[in-house]
Amino acid sequence: MHGNERSVDERAATKTDTRFASAAPTGASPDVLVIGGGNAALCSALMAREAGASVLLLEAAPKEWRGGNSMHVRNLRCMHDAPQDVLVEAYPEEEFWQDLLKVTGGITNEPLARLVIRHSSRCRPWMRKHGVHFQPPLSGALHVARTNAFFMGGGKALVNAYYRSAEALGVKVRYNTPVKSLELEDGRFIAAITEAGERITAKSCVLGCGGFESNLEWQREAWGQNERGEWTAENFLIRGTRFNQGVLLKFMIDAGADSIGDPTQAHCVAIDARAPLYDGGICTRIDCVSLGVVVNREARRFYDEGEDFWPKRYAIWGRLVAQQPGQTAWSIIDQKAIGRFMPPVFEGTKANTLPELAVKIGLDPAVFMDTLNAYNAACRPGTFDHTALDDCRTEGVTPAKTHWARVIDTPPFYAYPLRPGITFTYLGMKTDATAAVRFQDVPSSNLFAAGEMVAGNVLGKGYTAGVGMSIGTAFGRIAGVNAAASAGHRHPTFQEELAYAAGH
Amino acid sequence: MPPVTDMAAPIAGGACEGGVNLVAALSADEQEIARVMQICNACRYCEGFCAVFPAMTRRLEFNKADTHYLANLCHNCGSCLYACQYAPPHEFAVNVPQAMARLRVRTYQDYAWPRAFGRLYERAGLTVAFALSGGLALFMILAIAMNGRLIHEPLAGNFYAIFPHNFLASLFGVVFLFAVLALAIGVVRFWRAVSPTKDANAADIAAAAKARVPAVAEATHDIARLTYLGGGHGEGCNEDDDAFTLWRRRFHQVTLYGFLLCFAATSVATLYHYLLDLHAPYAFLSAPVILGTLGGIGLIIGPAGLLWLNLKRDAQRADVKQNAMDRGFIMLLLLVSVTGFALLLLRDTRVMALWLAIHLGTVMALFLTLPYGKFAHGIFRTAALLKFNIEKRMPNRLGLGGE
Repeated sequence: MHGNERSVDERAATKTDTRFASAAPTGASPDVLVIGGGNAALCSALMAREAGASVLLLEAAPKEWRGGNSMHVRNLRCMHDAPQDVLVEAYPEEEFWQDLLKVTGGITNEPLARLVIRHSSRCRPWMRKHGVHFQPPLSGALHVARTNAFFMGGGKALVNAYYRSAEALGVKVRYNTPVKSLELEDGRFIAAITEAGERITAKSCVLGCGGFESNLEWQREAWGQNERGEWTAENFLIRGTRFNQGVLLKFMIDAGADSIGDPTQAHCVAIDARAPLYDGGICTRIDCVSLGVVVNREARRFYDEGEDFWPKRYAIWGRLVAQQPGQTAWSIIDQKAIGRFMPPVFEGTKANTLPELAVKIGLDPAVFMDTLNAYNAACRPGTFDHTALDDCRTEGVTPAKTHWARVIDTPPFYAYPLRPGITFTYLGMKTDATAAVRFQDVPSSNLFAAGEMVAGNVLGKGYTAGVGMSIGTAFGRIAGVNAAASAGHRHPTFQEELAYAAGH
Repeated sequence: MPPVTDMAAPIAGGACEGGVNLVAALSADEQEIARVMQICNACRYCEGFCAVFPAMTRRLEFNKADTHYLANLCHNCGSCLYACQYAPPHEFAVNVPQAMARLRVRTYQDYAWPRAFGRLYERAGLTVAFALSGGLALFMILAIAMNGRLIHEPLAGNFYAIFPHNFLASLFGVVFLFAVLALAIGVVRFWRAVSPTKDANAADIAAAAKARVPAVAEATHDIARLTYLGGGHGEGCNEDDDAFTLWRRRFHQVTLYGFLLCFAATSVATLYHYLLDLHAPYAFLSAPVILGTLGGIGLIIGPAGLLWLNLKRDAQRADVKQNAMDRGFIMLLLLVSVTGFALLLLRDTRVMALWLAIHLGTVMALFLTLPYGKFAHGIFRTAALLKFNIEKRMPNRLGLGGE
């Protein structure tokens, strides 16, 4: 694997007095500097390069961990008015907008959201041109066959394709190069200072270096202490990259950039508690919640497990579990559920009786049996159908289970431990349709932001599958084009696409 | 690390297929596939690349026979390794192609007939070397014993002046039939272990019976076109990095069809000899020579290309212990074609007997090692593809619902 790919010249420049940095060879001072190495950053780099700008991309991670959270993604939510290759039927702008409005509870920015939505309807030919392959939905994901275009091989395949294309087009890529601060002058970008102390100047810059989800200290501070005295975020797992430390996000906020979003808002799902601290990705999800019951550390249920289809509800369960004592819970199922949900990556705890299961997972068997007996007694007869919102529900138990409520009585029984898994945080920089970073509501003329750094403009809270990539791709491309433009390079073809996306 | 599939779970059906005990605990190589597949089954991002992942999604856990089947279904195209978010240095250390490659060679060995000969796979380099030196020595000695010398007055390409036709036909016939028999017994043992109708209910058996004809057609297509060296998107598979290339498919096609053309040349010559009473040497523009020449060209270009790709392939996804087997087989194919051409060019000279002995010795080495070397991959892969194409037409017992 490649390590640090800095040339001898560049290493020498590190030691050079910064006064001489502007006199460095042109290779060291590109037109456009892209900080970050995930989907949004790559989209920016590719667009800026297509516009004719010289581009240097700085990725904090080594090559084998490149791509930020994009290496874990799997699809793109796409508006379309008619069937398109891998997308069936239609998913019109208005429906996409309503879906977004619903999940965010209105904490969004309609013009920017619609920009993202319309952009998603026309960006895929460009993605294909740079080597991204689409495929019909994966087995077990048919519910998004209409709304989401899947990347063949997932996000890492997409990231690989973009890096290959970028390097073929002449984008310079440097791994192992985290940036710790920027040199700004009246809202203009002057230079980036790397962790190693190197100063890199450029005519313009795109920040595409992610949220702060991997910064455990910051998470701890943001979530604070709950009424039980627990530091809630201490029990979080990070589903994505370990490299999103939020260094530049913090720097920009401290430097007076307008920010947006609540630091505790994030894409936060319930995942298997045994997942690794970082990079657990998709496979750590637990998909059997709606087929059984979920109990907390006190062996009590706390929410309607059958409120809606699991894919529509998994994004609220992270916060639900975060609110429980110890930020943990267990999904409990019986033999009837086996084979009806996506296979989990870790084996469940298995027992032949429910009290034995309680003991095995360390819960009070008496309380556990009270909970299970109360639930079982409340299950009303119905026709079970886990592919529909069926009529199997409880009566007279709180919280109710409104669908797929079946008596848990068939051994063996299984328990899967849950914890909140943070995918990415929504705190970011306020922006507009140009992707410019703003200071006191004045857009910078040469500093832009994309991806998770601006996702909070559209996603105030909640989530819907694939929308992170829709946002990252839209703002990434726009930021790249505008960064190139501010360096004097006009993108030859994007204007028309952008005009459509902007609704002009 | 996720635990492996519950090994205590009973595995129904025949306990033993050939020499393979299917209810024994999983071996380390099998456990690794079960472990990796459990991770992949919870992810599924690679479903579009090849047949392995769709086959995986029909299962919740992976027993011995499943791992044998999947190992032989994998073409080692590499797509899933470069696309994998859990590949090393991730702590899950998922490396599907390498896990599959390691077990795959074990299956050739374990299902081999006679069983004791399976060991030859372990020393594939030595096996090829012995077969080759033995073959060469045999024909040189025979040539000298039968003719007294290796250098002679030109014989106008009359091979049978050196070795009588019936002698060659019976010698190669016996060896070839043995190779076919050994491979057939091996693959039948494998098929019995992984059969799609094993432990199946009546409905499954009926579905499998109905699937047979279209499945054979599709499996034939998959082999003839090398579908799964296309990467799922048609841009090919990976070699030394995450970029896709069609060169492996092209070189393999040239090798496969070159081999078949050479086989056709031999078959036509045999028919000429026995049916039409036309005897070698055949003219340059005769059917056997044209077929053999085209096939020989294929068997030079194809193996040379495959060897080149093999040498620069990313070691991360290979099982380096198999290099000797892979490269030994490729070298034998190359030697057979090169010595064949040399013989064609020199058949009117004083060294014909020498080159005839060299060529026949090489061909003998190839025949002898067919059932105990890389050639077996074609037979086992064919069986695995046939199973895949039958199984996918059978009802899926899993219903994973909305997600």
